[in-house]
Amino acid sequence: MKRQTSRILSSLTSAARQGLPDGCGLIGLCLLSGGTAAQQGARQSTLQPASTQAQSIELLWWIMLWAGVAIFLAVMALLAWALWHGRHRESPLGLTASKNFVLLAGVAIPALVLVILVGGSLLLGRSIASTPPPDAIQVRVTGWMWWWEIEYLDSAGNVTATTANEMHVPVDRPVAIELVSGDVIHSFWVPQLQGKTDMVPGKVNSSWFVATEAGQYRGQCAEFCGLQHALMAFVVVARPEAEFNAWLAHQAEPAPTPTTDAAQQGLEVFEQSCGQCHRVRGTRAVGVIGPDLTHLASRRTLAAATLTNNQGHLAGWIGDPQRVKPGNKMPRTLLSPQDMNNLLAYLGTLE
Amino acid sequence: MHKSPTYDQTPEATAPLSQTWQSPPGFVSWFTHVNQRQIGYRFVVTSLIFFALAGVLALIMRLQLIAPENTLLGADFYNQLFTMHGTTMMFFFAVPAMEGLGIYLVPLMIGTRDMSFPRLNAFGYYVYLIAGVSLFVALFLGMAPAAGWFSYVPLANIAFSPGKGMDFWTSMITFIEISALAAAVELIVTILKQRAPGMTLNRMPLFVWSILVMSFMILFAMPTVMAGSVLLALDRAFDMQFFVASGGGDPLLWQHLFWFFGHPEVYIIMVPALGIISTVIATFTRKPVFGYTALVLALVATGFVSFGLWVHHMFTTGLPHLGLSFFTAAGAMIAIPSGVQVFCWIASLWGTRIRFATPMLFVLGFFAIFIIGGLTGVMVASIPFDTQVHDSYFVVAHLHYVLIGGAVFPFFAGLYYWYPKMTGRLMSERLGKWSFALIFIGTNLTFFPMHQLGLEGMPRRIYTYLEGMGWGDLNFAITLAAFVLAAGFLLTLINAVISRTRGAEAGDNPWQADTLEWAATSPPQNYNFRHLPVVNSRHPLWDEADLTRRQYVKGLRADRRELLVTTLLEAQPQSVLIMPGPSIWPFLLALVVGFGFLGFMFQPLLFVVGFALSFFAITGWLWPRKPWISTKEN
Repeated sequence: MKRQTSRILSSLTSAARQGLPDGCGLIGLCLLSGGTAAQQGARQSTLQPASTQAQSIELLWWIMLWAGVAIFLAVMALLAWALWHGRHRESPLGLTASKNFVLLAGVAIPALVLVILVGGSLLLGRSIASTPPPDAIQVRVTGWMWWWEIEYLDSAGNVTATTANEMHVPVDRPVAIELVSGDVIHSFWVPQLQGKTDMVPGKVNSSWFVATEAGQYRGQCAEFCGLQHALMAFVVVARPEAEFNAWLAHQAEPAPTPTTDAAQQGLEVFEQSCGQCHRVRGTRAVGVIGPDLTHLASRRTLAAATLTNNQGHLAGWIGDPQRVKPGNKMPRTLLSPQDMNNLLAYLGTLE
Repeated sequence: MHKSPTYDQTPEATAPLSQTWQSPPGFVSWFTHVNQRQIGYRFVVTSLIFFALAGVLALIMRLQLIAPENTLLGADFYNQLFTMHGTTMMFFFAVPAMEGLGIYLVPLMIGTRDMSFPRLNAFGYYVYLIAGVSLFVALFLGMAPAAGWFSYVPLANIAFSPGKGMDFWTSMITFIEISALAAAVELIVTILKQRAPGMTLNRMPLFVWSILVMSFMILFAMPTVMAGSVLLALDRAFDMQFFVASGGGDPLLWQHLFWFFGHPEVYIIMVPALGIISTVIATFTRKPVFGYTALVLALVATGFVSFGLWVHHMFTTGLPHLGLSFFTAAGAMIAIPSGVQVFCWIASLWGTRIRFATPMLFVLGFFAIFIIGGLTGVMVASIPFDTQVHDSYFVVAHLHYVLIGGAVFPFFAGLYYWYPKMTGRLMSERLGKWSFALIFIGTNLTFFPMHQLGLEGMPRRIYTYLEGMGWGDLNFAITLAAFVLAAGFLLTLINAVISRTRGAEAGDNPWQADTLEWAATSPPQNYNFRHLPVVNSRHPLWDEADLTRRQYVKGLRADRRELLVTTLLEAQPQSVLIMPGPSIWPFLLALVVGFGFLGFMFQPLLFVVGFALSFFAITGWLWPRKPWISTKEN
């Protein structure tokens, strides 16, 4: 039933879309033409849930929607009848009839509906807000203006691997997330996996979910956090547990030593020009202001899921980060073409 | 009290009274006016100007969102726009508009000649004007606040918003709430102590009840936002750390303070609107609304329960689930008084012959739009569902359905309904119906698709979105629809301007309504009523339609401003109050207080200067007069 409805709704929407011109072409003002991260197929619709938590919230939505539609139509029908009724001959409701009408329709029925709704919603809320099972993978996510730092923790709470703007999780195993903020309030939201939880300075919040389908899910900051709030997104990759374990083990390793000349020179450029802010484990670049770049080349996106990660975008981003995301902390780096090529060669080795 | 067959309205008979209550003409004298009708009228007109300005800001935002990755506006300017849109609509349109209607209508509806504190009234208006103009000057200088109308810390604190924009916000929000509190105190005292003899609380018009409830709500809600914004100003100016986690403060304290005001604020706007609905339905069905007591109790219950809902806005902040659950229950509870009201109105409409004039159309539009907003409101009161749609476009859709349906539609109904009383002329029905149709269609086309966008994961307050998100087509359609909506509002504004000179003559009671304001002339004379009326029922003009059979109070002097004070419950005559006349001091006080608040942004010492100067203004204000001397001798 709900699948069907969702199909009908989406076919209606796409029908509406076909009738409309392409907004971007019409205005002709697109900056980041093509190749953006979202085009990789990662969407963020609450109506395509891929975790037990998001699925139960979706079910709650469909129940509330149809209850709401029924109530709305009933009230509108009553109103229409009330208006239609006296068109030719006045026949107002008597006092007792009015009283009973208001008590029934205005008090009794809403009270009943609301008690059911509140009860159901509280039970569901309790199961979602409960503490995660002990076998959950522990991840700490820190919100920064305007990117996400993702740290995997072992059972003792030590950091085993650090990455940014891309979180991998195993399918069918609970993932417990510790949410903190490095500056202002952000909100961690991956609509297909779990509702949002804020990251509040001075507080440690938590959330958890069990992804039920492998796939890529986009998340986006949901609390206004300043200038580039709009471009603060990330990707969650859910994959079978074995693949996930291999990925995590790889992410925990330091960066490989560059082998080609170009890459070696690129490392020097990196240590000189980028190392104050960025860290690549295993090198002298130990900055903590920007994201950890140890395995940059393995990531799918750049600039907090704003651009797909390819050499062209990377060069453009390093050359002028303020054009794509004005106001972010990364300054323009003035490099000779030679240095830039070497740097890109080095960054390409950070698989 | 007399049965008065000598109700003489000829100019010769009323000239002395008229002169006593006259506001002096001329530009400079404009700043000395204190009569309630002038001040109320100014509130309404000014609020409509801010409404139009905030609407234009919204249209510019819609142009930016018309396509993905649009570069029409920069991020900073967009953030200023939505901050100013929200701030203006909530603080500078909705609340002052409702207060303005209250200030204009309440004294007329309860049969008195002015408010209890006319000069405080004028002071409140200038404070409002100065605060609103200052914020828009900041916007035109490109230094408007950009941290959202809710100004969450730490983003709004000095470390992350170092510019002057946030200082404008903290200062002007604190400042304008002075105006709201002044109006609230004023309205409460006027309603409780100046009702016409015989107008017991039980006979008070429902609109007056709604203004009374609104005023009490303002009294309890506004101080918390003032406290909050003062603390934030201290954080910003003197590094006080109230909201800084690393300094032992708490960012969530701000959210509690803000929403303890912010949630009742929505009902502060809606409650008077509900009063308008009851008034219009009674008039256009030509019979009393069913369930007077139930409707009054529903208004009071709404007022009370609305103070228990503020954590609705904080479901995702990580507060304990058990605590949050109470707010879910409270959120569901407030649906009951709303349900009672809606079904009382439907019962009132049942089987009656209705005149479908423009005010009535806006009331019917209210039903459809407000109920959708109410239903999505119950949905977002559910914690698990709220974690998915909170801060998404679903909530943008919800709040616009609630506020446009629950406040703007009724306000426009009220505008069309009372315009003839305020100006003496009717607004064009033809333009009115066109305007209604465009607004109704425009509202639905603009805001309904936003539910879908929110469910598809589009967050609020984003200046752009990537092309691959698939939100482009709906946003394109929404932007077009926003212009339909704007055209609808524009038609009413045009209608209001044109009808001022070209509208049909209204007469005293064009709608054959029941309440006392329609016993005054249109527009009312300087003194509102030649003789203060005596009231014997809830519907004085229906029950005593025959002018010569009405009872009046006699014996108030015509040569100075006098009012009748009556008892709180039964409205028995108690004493005569001598009122002050025109005065420049309220304006001067507002100027120096405004100077203090604005100066504080640049140099904290200037606040002290403004404080000192306000002593002179208050001294001038309180300078003893001889109340026993009539205006002519003065």
